[in-house]
Amino acid sequence: MSVLLHFFTVIAVLAGAFCFLAGTLGLIRFPDALTRLHALTKADNLGLGLIVLGLLPQADGLWGVLKLLAVWLLAQFSGATVTQLIAAAAGRGDEAA
Amino acid sequence: MSAATLFGLIGAALAGLGLYGVVVHPQPLRKILAFDLLGAGVFLTFGVTARRGTLYAIGPDPVPQAMVITGIVVAFAATALAVALLLRLYAVTGGTSLATKPPEEA
Amino acid sequence: MNGVDAALALVVSLTAFWTIRVRAAFIAVAAYTGCGLLIALVWVRLRAVDVALTEAAIGAGVTGAVLIAAAARLRPAEEAANAERPARRLRAVAAALSVTVALALAVLVLLPADPAPSLGREAVAPLDDLGLGNPVTAVLMVYRGMDTLLEKLVLLLAVIGVWSLAPDRFWGGAPAAPAIAGRNGPLLLAARLLPPIGIVFAIYTVWTGASAPGGAFQGGAVLAAMWMLVLAAGLARIPAVTNRRLRLLLAAGPATFMAIALAGFLIAGAFLAYPPGLAKALIVLAEIPMVLTIALVLALLAAGPPAGEPER
Repeated sequence: MSVLLHFFTVIAVLAGAFCFLAGTLGLIRFPDALTRLHALTKADNLGLGLIVLGLLPQADGLWGVLKLLAVWLLAQFSGATVTQLIAAAAGRGDEAA
Repeated sequence: MSAATLFGLIGAALAGLGLYGVVVHPQPLRKILAFDLLGAGVFLTFGVTARRGTLYAIGPDPVPQAMVITGIVVAFAATALAVALLLRLYAVTGGTSLATKPPEEA
Repeated sequence: MNGVDAALALVVSLTAFWTIRVRAAFIAVAAYTGCGLLIALVWVRLRAVDVALTEAAIGAGVTGAVLIAAAARLRPAEEAANAERPARRLRAVAAALSVTVALALAVLVLLPADPAPSLGREAVAPLDDLGLGNPVTAVLMVYRGMDTLLEKLVLLLAVIGVWSLAPDRFWGGAPAAPAIAGRNGPLLLAARLLPPIGIVFAIYTVWTGASAPGGAFQGGAVLAAMWMLVLAAGLARIPAVTNRRLRLLLAAGPATFMAIALAGFLIAGAFLAYPPGLAKALIVLAEIPMVLTIALVLALLAAGPPAGEPER
Protein backbone atom coordinates (compact mmCIF):
# COMPACT_ATOMS: atom_id res chain seq x y z
CA MET A 1 0.00 0.00 0.00
CA SER A 2 2.70 2.45 0.94
CA VAL A 3 4.66 1.52 -2.18
CA LEU A 4 1.60 2.51 -4.19
CA LEU A 5 1.40 5.82 -2.32
CA HIS A 6 5.08 6.55 -2.95
CA PHE A 7 4.58 5.72 -6.61
CA PHE A 8 1.61 8.10 -6.74
CA THR A 9 3.67 10.84 -5.10
CA VAL A 10 6.51 10.47 -7.59
CA ILE A 11 4.18 10.50 -10.59
CA ALA A 12 2.16 13.47 -9.40
CA VAL A 13 5.20 15.57 -8.46
CA LEU A 14 6.88 14.79 -11.78
CA ALA A 15 3.71 15.80 -13.62
CA GLY A 16 3.58 19.00 -11.60
CA ALA A 17 7.20 19.76 -12.38
CA PHE A 18 6.49 19.20 -16.06
CA CYS A 19 3.61 21.68 -15.86
CA PHE A 20 5.93 24.27 -14.33
CA LEU A 21 8.41 23.62 -17.11
CA ALA A 22 5.69 24.15 -19.70
CA GLY A 23 4.59 27.35 -18.01
CA THR A 24 8.13 28.69 -17.97
CA LEU A 25 8.53 27.78 -21.63
CA GLY A 26 5.40 29.78 -22.35
CA LEU A 27 6.78 32.67 -20.32
CA ILE A 28 9.89 32.76 -22.46
CA ARG A 29 8.39 32.06 -25.86
CA PHE A 30 5.06 33.85 -25.97
CA PRO A 31 5.02 37.26 -27.63
CA ASP A 32 3.28 39.64 -25.26
CA ALA A 33 2.36 40.13 -21.63
CA LEU A 34 -1.20 38.80 -21.67
CA THR A 35 -0.37 35.50 -23.38
CA ARG A 36 2.58 35.04 -21.06
CA LEU A 37 0.36 35.62 -18.04
CA HIS A 38 -2.11 33.10 -19.39
CA ALA A 39 0.56 30.44 -19.81
CA LEU A 40 2.02 31.19 -16.43
CA THR A 41 -1.15 31.08 -14.38
CA LYS A 42 -2.79 28.10 -16.01
CA ALA A 43 0.29 25.91 -16.08
CA ASP A 44 1.66 26.97 -12.71
CA ASN A 45 -1.63 26.56 -10.89
CA LEU A 46 -2.08 23.10 -12.34
CA GLY A 47 1.52 22.28 -11.50
CA LEU A 48 1.17 23.46 -7.93
CA GLY A 49 -2.07 21.52 -7.54
CA LEU A 50 -0.44 18.33 -8.82
CA ILE A 51 2.56 18.75 -6.53
CA VAL A 52 0.34 19.34 -3.49
CA LEU A 53 -1.80 16.37 -4.47
CA GLY A 54 1.31 14.26 -4.78
CA LEU A 55 2.60 15.37 -1.37
CA LEU A 56 -0.66 14.65 0.43
CA PRO A 57 0.13 10.98 1.07
CA GLN A 58 3.47 12.02 2.58
CA ALA A 59 1.97 14.53 5.00
CA ASP A 60 1.98 13.65 8.69
CA GLY A 61 -1.59 13.39 9.90
CA LEU A 62 -4.66 15.49 9.30
CA TRP A 63 -2.91 18.73 10.28
CA GLY A 64 -0.23 18.17 7.66
CA VAL A 65 -2.87 17.62 4.99
CA LEU A 66 -4.76 20.76 6.04
CA LYS A 67 -1.56 22.81 6.01
CA LEU A 68 -0.70 21.64 2.50
CA LEU A 69 -4.20 22.50 1.29
CA ALA A 70 -4.01 25.90 2.96
CA VAL A 71 -0.69 26.60 1.23
CA TRP A 72 -2.22 25.62 -2.08
CA LEU A 73 -5.29 27.81 -1.64
CA LEU A 74 -3.30 30.83 -0.46
CA ALA A 75 -0.77 30.50 -3.29
CA GLN A 76 -3.58 30.24 -5.84
CA PHE A 77 -5.43 33.21 -4.39
CA SER A 78 -2.47 35.54 -4.24
CA GLY A 79 -1.30 34.36 -7.66
CA ALA A 80 -4.70 35.09 -9.14
CA THR A 81 -4.78 38.58 -7.57
CA VAL A 82 -1.31 39.45 -8.83
CA THR A 83 -2.18 38.16 -12.31
CA GLN A 84 -5.23 40.42 -12.44
CA LEU A 85 -3.10 43.40 -11.41
CA ILE A 86 -0.42 42.70 -14.02
CA ALA A 87 -3.09 42.17 -16.69
CA ALA A 88 -4.72 45.47 -15.75
CA ALA A 89 -1.38 47.20 -16.00
CA ALA A 90 -0.68 45.55 -19.36
CA GLY A 91 -4.11 46.60 -20.56
CA ARG A 92 -3.28 50.19 -19.69
CA GLY A 93 -0.20 49.92 -21.85
CA ASP A 94 2.24 50.03 -18.95
CA GLU A 95 5.69 49.20 -20.28
CA ALA A 96 6.93 47.27 -17.28
CA ALA A 97 4.29 44.55 -17.58
CA MET B 1 31.75 17.28 0.13
CA SER B 2 28.89 17.75 2.54
CA ALA B 3 25.87 19.88 1.81
CA ALA B 4 26.99 22.50 4.32
CA THR B 5 30.37 22.90 2.63
CA LEU B 6 28.71 23.22 -0.77
CA PHE B 7 26.40 25.95 0.49
CA GLY B 8 29.32 27.67 2.16
CA LEU B 9 31.12 27.79 -1.16
CA ILE B 10 27.99 29.16 -2.81
CA GLY B 11 27.90 31.83 -0.12
CA ALA B 12 31.50 32.73 -0.89
CA ALA B 13 30.62 32.96 -4.59
CA LEU B 14 27.63 35.19 -3.84
CA ALA B 15 29.81 37.48 -1.77
CA GLY B 16 32.30 37.76 -4.63
CA LEU B 17 29.54 38.43 -7.16
CA GLY B 18 27.98 41.05 -4.93
CA LEU B 19 31.30 42.81 -4.45
CA TYR B 20 31.85 42.88 -8.20
CA GLY B 21 28.39 44.34 -8.72
CA VAL B 22 28.90 47.04 -6.10
CA VAL B 23 32.12 48.23 -7.74
CA VAL B 24 31.19 47.92 -11.39
CA HIS B 25 27.58 49.06 -11.77
CA PRO B 26 27.27 52.80 -12.35
CA GLN B 27 23.61 52.92 -11.34
CA PRO B 28 23.18 53.28 -7.54
CA LEU B 29 20.12 51.04 -7.47
CA ARG B 30 22.19 48.18 -8.92
CA LYS B 31 24.88 48.90 -6.35
CA ILE B 32 22.32 48.57 -3.55
CA LEU B 33 21.08 45.35 -5.11
CA ALA B 34 24.61 43.96 -5.33
CA PHE B 35 25.25 45.05 -1.76
CA ASP B 36 22.23 43.02 -0.63
CA LEU B 37 23.58 40.05 -2.55
CA LEU B 38 26.95 40.50 -0.84
CA GLY B 39 25.16 40.50 2.51
CA ALA B 40 23.22 37.35 1.67
CA GLY B 41 26.45 35.61 0.69
CA VAL B 42 28.22 36.61 3.88
CA PHE B 43 25.27 35.46 5.99
CA LEU B 44 25.27 32.13 4.19
CA THR B 45 28.99 31.62 4.84
CA PHE B 46 28.37 32.57 8.45
CA GLY B 47 25.50 30.13 8.68
CA VAL B 48 27.64 27.27 7.47
CA THR B 49 29.72 27.69 10.59
CA ALA B 50 26.47 27.23 12.50
CA ARG B 51 25.93 23.95 10.74
CA ARG B 52 29.46 23.00 11.66
CA GLY B 53 28.86 23.55 15.35
CA THR B 54 26.02 21.09 15.24
CA LEU B 55 25.12 19.30 18.40
CA TYR B 56 23.67 16.22 16.91
CA ALA B 57 21.25 15.74 19.74
CA ILE B 58 19.82 19.21 19.75
CA GLY B 59 20.28 20.89 16.39
CA PRO B 60 22.40 23.55 14.74
CA ASP B 61 24.24 26.13 16.78
CA PRO B 62 21.74 28.86 17.67
CA VAL B 63 24.14 31.75 18.29
CA PRO B 64 25.18 32.35 14.65
CA GLN B 65 21.55 31.88 13.61
CA ALA B 66 20.42 34.67 15.91
CA MET B 67 23.21 36.90 14.63
CA VAL B 68 22.21 36.25 11.03
CA ILE B 69 18.57 37.09 11.82
CA THR B 70 19.68 40.37 13.37
CA GLY B 71 21.90 40.97 10.36
CA ILE B 72 19.11 40.38 7.86
CA VAL B 73 16.83 42.86 9.60
CA VAL B 74 19.51 45.52 9.89
CA ALA B 75 20.51 44.97 6.25
CA PHE B 76 16.93 45.62 5.23
CA ALA B 77 16.85 48.83 7.26
CA ALA B 78 20.07 49.96 5.59
CA THR B 79 18.68 49.09 2.15
CA ALA B 80 15.50 51.06 2.80
CA LEU B 81 17.48 54.08 3.94
CA ALA B 82 19.81 53.83 0.94
CA VAL B 83 16.83 53.61 -1.44
CA ALA B 84 15.23 56.65 0.21
CA LEU B 85 18.48 58.57 -0.23
CA LEU B 86 18.64 57.50 -3.87
CA LEU B 87 15.06 58.62 -4.54
CA ARG B 88 15.82 61.97 -2.93
CA LEU B 89 18.92 62.31 -5.11
CA TYR B 90 16.72 61.62 -8.11
CA ALA B 91 14.14 64.17 -6.98
CA VAL B 92 16.76 66.85 -6.42
CA THR B 93 19.06 66.36 -9.40
CA GLY B 94 16.76 64.64 -11.89
CA GLY B 95 19.28 61.86 -12.45
CA THR B 96 20.83 58.99 -10.54
CA SER B 97 24.42 59.61 -11.43
CA LEU B 98 26.97 59.44 -8.65
CA ALA B 99 29.56 61.26 -10.72
CA THR B 100 30.59 64.45 -9.01
CA LYS B 101 29.70 67.60 -10.87
CA PRO B 102 31.07 71.09 -10.23
CA PRO B 103 28.73 72.95 -7.84
CA GLU B 104 26.17 74.98 -9.74
CA GLU B 105 25.42 78.54 -9.01
CA ALA B 106 22.15 78.48 -7.03
CA MET C 1 24.84 15.95 0.01
CA ASN C 2 22.23 14.82 -2.45
CA GLY C 3 20.71 15.95 -5.70
CA VAL C 4 18.39 18.47 -4.05
CA ASP C 5 21.30 20.35 -2.52
CA ALA C 6 23.30 20.32 -5.73
CA ALA C 7 20.31 21.54 -7.77
CA LEU C 8 19.55 24.24 -5.20
CA ALA C 9 23.17 25.41 -5.19
CA LEU C 10 23.14 25.56 -8.98
CA VAL C 11 19.95 27.62 -9.20
CA VAL C 12 21.12 30.02 -6.48
CA SER C 13 24.38 30.64 -8.32
CA LEU C 14 22.59 31.14 -11.63
CA THR C 15 20.05 33.62 -10.27
CA ALA C 16 22.75 35.52 -8.41
CA PHE C 17 24.85 35.71 -11.55
CA TRP C 18 21.84 36.86 -13.51
CA THR C 19 21.09 39.56 -10.94
CA ILE C 20 24.48 41.11 -11.49
CA ARG C 21 24.72 40.68 -15.23
CA VAL C 22 21.28 41.64 -16.54
CA ARG C 23 20.87 45.15 -17.98
CA ALA C 24 17.40 46.22 -16.87
CA ALA C 25 17.07 47.16 -13.20
CA PHE C 26 13.53 45.81 -12.97
CA ILE C 27 14.62 42.33 -14.07
CA ALA C 28 17.58 42.48 -11.70
CA VAL C 29 15.24 43.15 -8.76
CA ALA C 30 12.99 40.26 -9.79
CA ALA C 31 16.05 38.00 -10.05
CA TYR C 32 17.26 39.15 -6.63
CA THR C 33 13.87 38.37 -5.04
CA GLY C 34 13.91 34.91 -6.61
CA CYS C 35 17.49 34.38 -5.44
CA GLY C 36 16.52 35.44 -1.92
CA LEU C 37 13.66 32.95 -1.79
CA LEU C 38 15.96 30.19 -3.02
CA ILE C 39 18.48 31.16 -0.34
CA ALA C 40 15.65 30.74 2.18
CA LEU C 41 15.35 27.15 0.93
CA VAL C 42 19.10 26.75 1.42
CA TRP C 43 18.68 27.86 5.02
CA VAL C 44 16.05 25.19 5.51
CA ARG C 45 18.51 22.61 4.17
CA LEU C 46 21.00 23.91 6.73
CA ARG C 47 18.33 23.25 9.39
CA ALA C 48 18.14 26.92 10.36
CA VAL C 49 14.40 27.39 9.89
CA ASP C 50 14.15 30.66 11.84
CA VAL C 51 16.72 32.21 9.53
CA ALA C 52 14.87 30.79 6.51
CA LEU C 53 11.64 32.45 7.64
CA THR C 54 13.40 35.76 8.19
CA GLU C 55 15.25 35.63 4.86
CA ALA C 56 12.06 34.81 2.95
CA ALA C 57 9.94 37.43 4.69
CA ILE C 58 12.37 40.31 5.11
CA GLY C 59 15.45 39.57 3.03
CA ALA C 60 13.59 38.65 -0.15
CA GLY C 61 10.04 39.85 0.45
CA VAL C 62 10.04 43.34 1.90
CA THR C 63 13.42 44.23 0.36
CA GLY C 64 12.05 43.17 -3.01
CA ALA C 65 9.00 45.39 -2.53
CA VAL C 66 11.15 48.41 -1.67
CA LEU C 67 13.52 47.82 -4.57
CA ILE C 68 10.79 47.23 -7.16
CA ALA C 69 9.06 50.46 -6.18
CA ALA C 70 12.37 52.28 -6.49
CA ALA C 71 13.17 50.64 -9.83
CA ALA C 72 9.78 51.71 -11.19
CA ARG C 73 10.27 55.30 -9.99
CA LEU C 74 13.80 55.48 -11.39
CA ARG C 75 13.08 54.03 -14.80
CA PRO C 76 13.33 57.36 -16.70
CA ALA C 77 16.86 57.87 -15.44
CA GLU C 78 18.02 54.35 -16.15
CA GLU C 79 19.29 54.87 -19.68
CA ALA C 80 21.45 57.79 -18.72
CA ALA C 81 22.86 55.92 -15.74
CA ASN C 82 23.65 52.82 -17.78
CA ALA C 83 25.61 54.89 -20.24
CA GLU C 84 28.31 55.44 -17.65
CA ARG C 85 29.79 51.96 -17.90
CA PRO C 86 33.19 51.89 -16.19
CA ALA C 87 36.42 51.35 -18.09
CA ARG C 88 37.66 47.87 -18.91
CA ARG C 89 40.55 48.21 -16.50
CA LEU C 90 38.27 49.00 -13.55
CA ARG C 91 36.14 45.99 -14.41
CA ALA C 92 39.22 43.75 -14.51
CA VAL C 93 40.46 45.03 -11.16
CA ALA C 94 37.00 44.60 -9.64
CA ALA C 95 36.81 41.06 -10.98
CA ALA C 96 40.23 40.23 -9.50
CA LEU C 97 39.19 41.70 -6.15
CA SER C 98 35.91 39.76 -6.12
CA VAL C 99 37.62 36.50 -6.97
CA THR C 100 40.17 37.07 -4.20
CA VAL C 101 37.47 37.75 -1.63
CA ALA C 102 35.43 34.76 -2.79
CA LEU C 103 38.48 32.51 -2.58
CA ALA C 104 39.33 33.79 0.89
CA LEU C 105 35.82 33.01 2.10
CA ALA C 106 35.98 29.62 0.39
CA VAL C 107 39.19 28.82 2.23
CA LEU C 108 37.44 29.81 5.44
CA VAL C 109 34.67 27.37 4.62
CA LEU C 110 36.90 24.51 3.50
CA LEU C 111 39.48 24.62 6.29
CA PRO C 112 37.61 25.17 9.49
CA ALA C 113 38.99 25.00 12.98
CA ASP C 114 38.73 21.53 14.43
CA PRO C 115 36.85 21.01 16.74
CA ALA C 116 34.52 23.78 15.62
CA PRO C 117 34.31 26.50 18.27
CA SER C 118 30.77 26.85 19.42
CA LEU C 119 28.76 28.19 22.30
CA GLY C 120 25.91 25.91 21.37
CA ARG C 121 26.22 23.67 24.38
CA GLU C 122 26.13 26.62 26.78
CA ALA C 123 23.22 28.09 24.85
CA VAL C 124 21.08 25.01 25.10
CA ALA C 125 21.75 24.08 28.71
CA PRO C 126 19.48 26.60 30.50
CA LEU C 127 16.56 26.21 28.09
CA ASP C 128 14.45 24.17 30.49
CA ASP C 129 14.88 26.73 33.26
CA LEU C 130 13.78 29.48 30.93
CA GLY C 131 10.76 27.56 29.78
CA LEU C 132 11.71 28.05 26.14
CA GLY C 133 11.98 25.35 23.53
CA ASN C 134 13.57 27.31 20.72
CA PRO C 135 17.26 28.03 21.34
CA VAL C 136 17.33 30.79 18.74
CA THR C 137 14.64 32.72 20.60
CA ALA C 138 16.59 32.18 23.79
CA VAL C 139 19.68 33.67 22.17
CA LEU C 140 17.77 36.60 20.70
CA MET C 141 15.76 37.53 23.76
CA VAL C 142 17.83 36.35 26.70
CA TYR C 143 21.53 35.88 26.09
CA ARG C 144 21.86 38.56 23.41
CA GLY C 145 18.90 40.63 24.48
CA MET C 146 21.15 43.67 24.31
CA ASP C 147 21.64 43.08 20.58
CA THR C 148 17.90 42.85 20.01
CA LEU C 149 17.27 45.99 22.01
CA LEU C 150 19.85 47.92 20.04
CA GLU C 151 18.48 46.46 16.83
CA LYS C 152 15.07 47.95 17.61
CA LEU C 153 16.73 51.31 18.08
CA VAL C 154 18.56 50.91 14.78
CA LEU C 155 15.23 50.26 13.07
CA LEU C 156 13.76 53.39 14.64
CA LEU C 157 16.79 55.38 13.53
CA ALA C 158 16.28 54.11 9.99
CA VAL C 159 12.65 55.29 10.08
CA ILE C 160 13.72 58.70 11.37
CA GLY C 161 16.39 58.81 8.67
CA VAL C 162 13.93 57.97 5.93
CA TRP C 163 11.40 60.49 7.23
CA SER C 164 13.98 63.25 7.44
CA LEU C 165 14.66 62.91 3.72
CA ALA C 166 11.44 64.70 2.86
CA PRO C 167 11.59 68.23 1.50
CA ASP C 168 10.96 70.78 4.24
CA ARG C 169 7.53 71.73 3.00
CA PHE C 170 6.34 68.11 3.23
CA TRP C 171 7.29 67.62 6.87
CA GLY C 172 4.20 66.62 8.81
CA GLY C 173 2.55 65.10 5.79
CA ALA C 174 1.87 61.44 5.09
CA PRO C 175 4.03 59.09 3.05
CA ALA C 176 2.73 58.36 -0.41
CA ALA C 177 0.48 55.37 -0.80
CA PRO C 178 1.78 52.67 -3.16
CA ALA C 179 0.71 53.70 -6.63
CA ILE C 180 -2.03 51.38 -7.83
CA ALA C 181 -4.13 53.18 -10.41
CA GLY C 182 -7.85 53.00 -9.90
CA ARG C 183 -9.80 50.79 -7.57
CA ASN C 184 -8.89 47.30 -8.61
CA GLY C 185 -11.53 44.67 -7.81
CA PRO C 186 -9.34 41.61 -7.22
CA LEU C 187 -6.96 43.66 -5.10
CA LEU C 188 -9.82 44.87 -2.94
CA LEU C 189 -10.99 41.29 -2.49
CA ALA C 190 -7.51 40.20 -1.52
CA ALA C 191 -7.15 43.10 0.90
CA ARG C 192 -10.39 42.10 2.60
CA LEU C 193 -9.80 38.35 2.61
CA LEU C 194 -6.11 37.91 3.38
CA PRO C 195 -5.48 40.22 6.37
CA PRO C 196 -7.56 38.21 8.86
CA ILE C 197 -5.70 35.06 7.84
CA GLY C 198 -2.40 36.91 7.89
CA ILE C 199 -2.98 38.39 11.33
CA VAL C 200 -3.83 35.02 12.83
CA PHE C 201 -0.76 33.55 11.17
CA ALA C 202 1.43 36.35 12.49
CA ILE C 203 0.18 35.93 16.05
CA TYR C 204 0.71 32.19 15.78
CA THR C 205 4.26 32.67 14.46
CA VAL C 206 5.14 34.98 17.34
CA TRP C 207 3.56 32.76 19.95
CA THR C 208 5.13 29.56 18.69
CA GLY C 209 8.53 31.22 18.42
CA ALA C 210 9.11 30.34 22.05
CA SER C 211 9.20 26.63 21.35
CA ALA C 212 9.47 26.11 17.58
CA PRO C 213 10.84 28.09 14.64
CA GLY C 214 9.17 31.46 14.51
CA GLY C 215 9.48 34.63 16.49
CA ALA C 216 8.80 38.32 16.63
CA PHE C 217 10.58 39.33 13.43
CA GLN C 218 8.91 36.77 11.26
CA GLY C 219 5.45 37.51 12.66
CA GLY C 220 6.08 41.23 12.38
CA ALA C 221 7.00 40.84 8.72
CA VAL C 222 3.72 39.04 7.98
CA LEU C 223 1.79 41.77 9.80
CA ALA C 224 3.64 44.42 7.81
CA ALA C 225 2.77 42.62 4.58
CA MET C 226 -0.90 42.59 5.52
CA TRP C 227 -0.85 46.29 6.28
CA MET C 228 0.91 47.06 3.02
CA LEU C 229 -1.74 45.04 1.19
CA VAL C 230 -4.51 47.07 2.81
CA LEU C 231 -2.69 50.29 1.96
CA ALA C 232 -2.13 49.23 -1.64
CA ALA C 233 -5.82 48.50 -2.11
CA GLY C 234 -6.70 51.93 -0.83
CA LEU C 235 -8.73 50.64 2.11
CA ALA C 236 -6.66 52.68 4.55
CA ARG C 237 -4.26 55.57 4.42
CA ILE C 238 -0.82 55.86 5.92
CA PRO C 239 -1.05 58.23 8.88
CA ALA C 240 0.97 61.43 8.80
CA VAL C 241 4.41 61.26 10.36
CA THR C 242 3.31 63.55 13.19
CA ASN C 243 0.45 61.24 14.14
CA ARG C 244 0.71 60.69 17.89
CA ARG C 245 -0.67 57.17 17.92
CA LEU C 246 1.78 56.11 15.22
CA ARG C 247 4.72 57.46 17.16
CA LEU C 248 3.48 55.88 20.37
CA LEU C 249 3.22 52.46 18.73
CA LEU C 250 6.65 52.89 17.16
CA ALA C 251 8.20 53.65 20.51
CA ALA C 252 6.24 50.99 22.38
CA GLY C 253 8.40 48.07 21.32
CA PRO C 254 11.82 49.33 22.35
CA ALA C 255 10.34 51.14 25.36
CA THR C 256 8.74 48.00 26.77
CA PHE C 257 11.86 45.98 26.18
CA MET C 258 13.97 48.68 27.82
CA ALA C 259 11.60 48.82 30.78
CA ILE C 260 11.83 45.08 31.28
CA ALA C 261 15.59 45.28 30.90
CA LEU C 262 15.87 48.01 33.52
CA ALA C 263 13.46 46.14 35.77
CA GLY C 264 16.00 43.35 35.64
CA PHE C 265 18.06 45.49 37.98
CA LEU C 266 15.33 45.36 40.59
CA ILE C 267 14.08 41.82 40.32
CA ALA C 268 17.03 39.81 39.16
CA GLY C 269 20.13 41.80 39.92
CA ALA C 270 21.45 42.80 36.50
CA PHE C 271 20.49 44.63 33.32
CA LEU C 272 18.37 42.41 31.11
CA ALA C 273 18.41 39.59 33.64
CA TYR C 274 15.28 37.54 34.00
CA PRO C 275 14.18 36.12 37.33
CA PRO C 276 13.84 32.34 37.23
CA GLY C 277 10.30 31.21 36.57
CA LEU C 278 9.18 34.55 35.14
CA ALA C 279 11.45 34.41 32.11
CA LYS C 280 8.97 33.13 29.54
CA ALA C 281 6.21 35.47 30.73
CA LEU C 282 8.50 38.49 30.54
CA ILE C 283 9.76 37.50 27.11
CA VAL C 284 6.24 37.16 25.74
CA LEU C 285 5.32 40.47 27.38
CA ALA C 286 8.26 42.12 25.65
CA GLU C 287 7.50 40.50 22.31
CA ILE C 288 3.94 41.77 21.91
CA PRO C 289 4.71 45.48 21.48
CA MET C 290 7.90 44.47 19.69
CA VAL C 291 5.90 42.76 16.96
CA LEU C 292 3.74 45.85 16.47
CA THR C 293 6.79 48.06 16.27
CA ILE C 294 8.54 45.75 13.81
CA ALA C 295 5.45 45.57 11.59
CA LEU C 296 5.07 49.37 11.60
CA VAL C 297 8.77 49.94 10.96
CA LEU C 298 8.90 47.53 8.03
CA ALA C 299 5.84 49.05 6.39
CA LEU C 300 6.96 52.63 7.02
CA LEU C 301 10.44 51.95 5.64
CA ALA C 302 8.79 50.58 2.51
CA ALA C 303 6.47 53.58 2.26
CA GLY C 304 9.20 56.17 2.31
CA PRO C 305 9.38 59.78 3.39
CA PRO C 306 6.36 62.09 3.58
CA ALA C 307 5.27 63.02 0.10
CA GLY C 308 2.37 65.38 0.58
CA GLU C 309 1.53 68.64 2.21
CA PRO C 310 0.59 68.26 5.85
CA GLU C 311 -3.11 68.57 6.42
CA ARG C 312 -4.08 71.61 8.41
